[in-house]
Amino acid sequence: MGRRGFDLGAALKASAIAALIMLGLSFPILAYRADENFSNILVLQSRWPLVAALVAAAFALRFLRALWPAPRPRLARPAQTQPGRDEAQSLARFGRLFALIGLAALIAFPLVMLALAGPAGALKWIDNYGIQILIYVMLGWGLNIVVGLAGLLDLGYVAFYAVGAYAYALLSTHFGWSFWICLPVAGFLAALWGIALGFPVLRLRGDYLAIVTLAFGEIIRIVLLNWSDLTNGDSGIGSIPRLSFFGLPFVPGSTGFAAAFGLRFLPIHRVIFAFYLILALALLTNFVTLRLRRLPVGRAWEALREDEIACRALGIDTTKTKLTAFALGALFGGFAGAFFAVRQGFVSPSSFTFIESATILAIVVLGGRGSQIGVALAAVLIIGGSELLRELDFLKQIFGDDFDPTQYRMLLVGLAMVVMMNWKPRGLVAIRKPSIFLFAEKAIPAERSSVGSG
Amino acid sequence: MEIFLQQLINGVTLGSIYGLIAIGYTMVFGIIGMVNFAHGDVFMVSTFIALIVFLALTQILGVTSLALVFVLVLVAAMALTSLWSFMIERLAYRRLRGSFRLAPLISAIGVSIFLSNFVYVVQGPRNKAMPAVPADVIKLTQGGGYDVTLSYKQIVIVAVTAALLAAFWYLVQKTPLGRAQRACEQDMRMAALLGIDVDRTISLTFVIGAALAAVAGTLYMLYYGVVNASDGFIPGVKAFTAAVLGGIGSLPGAVLGGLLIGLIETFWSAYFSSDYKDVAAFSILAITLIFMPSGLLGRPDVEKV
Repeated sequence: MGRRGFDLGAALKASAIAALIMLGLSFPILAYRADENFSNILVLQSRWPLVAALVAAAFALRFLRALWPAPRPRLARPAQTQPGRDEAQSLARFGRLFALIGLAALIAFPLVMLALAGPAGALKWIDNYGIQILIYVMLGWGLNIVVGLAGLLDLGYVAFYAVGAYAYALLSTHFGWSFWICLPVAGFLAALWGIALGFPVLRLRGDYLAIVTLAFGEIIRIVLLNWSDLTNGDSGIGSIPRLSFFGLPFVPGSTGFAAAFGLRFLPIHRVIFAFYLILALALLTNFVTLRLRRLPVGRAWEALREDEIACRALGIDTTKTKLTAFALGALFGGFAGAFFAVRQGFVSPSSFTFIESATILAIVVLGGRGSQIGVALAAVLIIGGSELLRELDFLKQIFGDDFDPTQYRMLLVGLAMVVMMNWKPRGLVAIRKPSIFLFAEKAIPAERSSVGSG
Repeated sequence: MEIFLQQLINGVTLGSIYGLIAIGYTMVFGIIGMVNFAHGDVFMVSTFIALIVFLALTQILGVTSLALVFVLVLVAAMALTSLWSFMIERLAYRRLRGSFRLAPLISAIGVSIFLSNFVYVVQGPRNKAMPAVPADVIKLTQGGGYDVTLSYKQIVIVAVTAALLAAFWYLVQKTPLGRAQRACEQDMRMAALLGIDVDRTISLTFVIGAALAAVAGTLYMLYYGVVNASDGFIPGVKAFTAAVLGGIGSLPGAVLGGLLIGLIETFWSAYFSSDYKDVAAFSILAITLIFMPSGLLGRPDVEKV
């Protein structure tokens, strides 16, 4: 048998091992489910058919892989042609075109949905899909400043989101401040927290920085949970004033928005306004980020991401660079938080758990750290995808009534993070334009930038 | 005084559990320099394995001897949790060794999310309370309004921890396997040049860490009697705090840190407020990392350019 010949014995052995491993992994935790019976005693229900199916699948997959001939190792090609000017320009053109089409589609989205599905049907699409996704796009862009540009892994980003949300909730319920006053205040407070938390962690880098930001995020959540006098603890703050159209409330009657514009009152007006508001906020985040990238501070962020020691040797003030990144990321987190509070009308600590931070981080990681369009696409994929899971009710007819597709949401997010790191560690949109260039614009392939080694 | 003594006993018990988990963090960090964020969830998986094996033994096979059940549960949990950890390293971390520095951490966060949600999906979201086992207690002091008690469970926990730590110590210090492990920790490339199978050694590090976490998981299940799919995160962070406090990379440091964290947590809950006991652990973590990154027994980490 040749080197590339098929060895049935070896293939069978490897497949048997794969099947055994699968059996070992699934034996207790999948094969039995511990549930309480009527007298509250745990009893086991066996699920051996499921285990058998998985074991058979593992065997079959491993066997198929053995059948598939391994690709011949390719010879190293001579140095790749320099990604040159043309590529950069076509990339830029494509990016601009894509952004324009995307923007036009987003602006038209609520009106098109309204025309297609009517006021009742469109509510779900604009609220659950449109607004929800845009909130995460904004959060992703905000975190992108910290993780993607400055290369500082922040696992406690949701803390700033929480600060913004509670700032609006408390200021509006206690002092009756309007949303438009609270919005900058919320952003300012969050940025202040960003600096306050940024200061002590300046000396840390990499993994340690990530863990400390995680600790800070959790501390803020636990304080919100236990400081009942101020935050009302676990039950949260309700009846927060809802969004109004620059002072015109969305209510039926002569004082409302509809009457002032001569429209028939529809509850969906508020949702459409909220959609445009979050769209504007997200675009503001994007605009500021893109502009800052060209300024000295933005270039310092990217230099910091590539090599902190070299950065310091060149005389860049790393303290200032890191703090501005933290503060700006937090600022946009705070804006998003204030929007979240005004949209929900209710905030509680359970909206700001670590899982939320991890989801935002997953969006940034999957999108490609530093890439604005990539982050937006990843937000659509993850948040839109998990909303779509709710629609898959027909699967219940196949898998039985207790099958709930939404349970699989975070499972898939976790899996996506692992797969992405192993398969395309630079994210979906791995190629990007340099922020600043000498003579000619050139695209930088992902392999040459060491994103995120802070 | 009685309260102090009682909290001391409780703290040492809890600290043993944290110490066992912390070893997994510290060994992995020592050898490949990564924070194995999923380790807390591996611990959580082991509590479920222990619970189900316990139920299977007592309900389906009808084993009545508690000591036998305990030993079988411990062995099964150690073996099966090790398999999980082995496969996680193989599939999620191994290819990332040459990647950029944060890649393994992000992948580990993914694994952590995957594991807790996997158990959540297959076992359901509710707390699982295991059937009560006879919990005899020894009264150390009597009268005076407050009895200081020491339960058999606590004795078992501390004794099993001590015995396994001794075995583990022997493994790392005296066997060829431990020697290879320490060599890779010092200089992985040199160890590879000298004929040590680095991949195998790293796999073994994950397996040993998971086996000790499974011991902790079994003891935790026995001590608290309740398990939940979300129980990996907080004990995981606390054990990581223990590893950092003791000096990450240092094995005696992990045990010392575990005991300290256990004691701090129980005393904090007893004398201050149990609402904020997690804040205590998180604050220690942040303060240690910021002001004393090499911990109590660790070596300072010098970056060469």
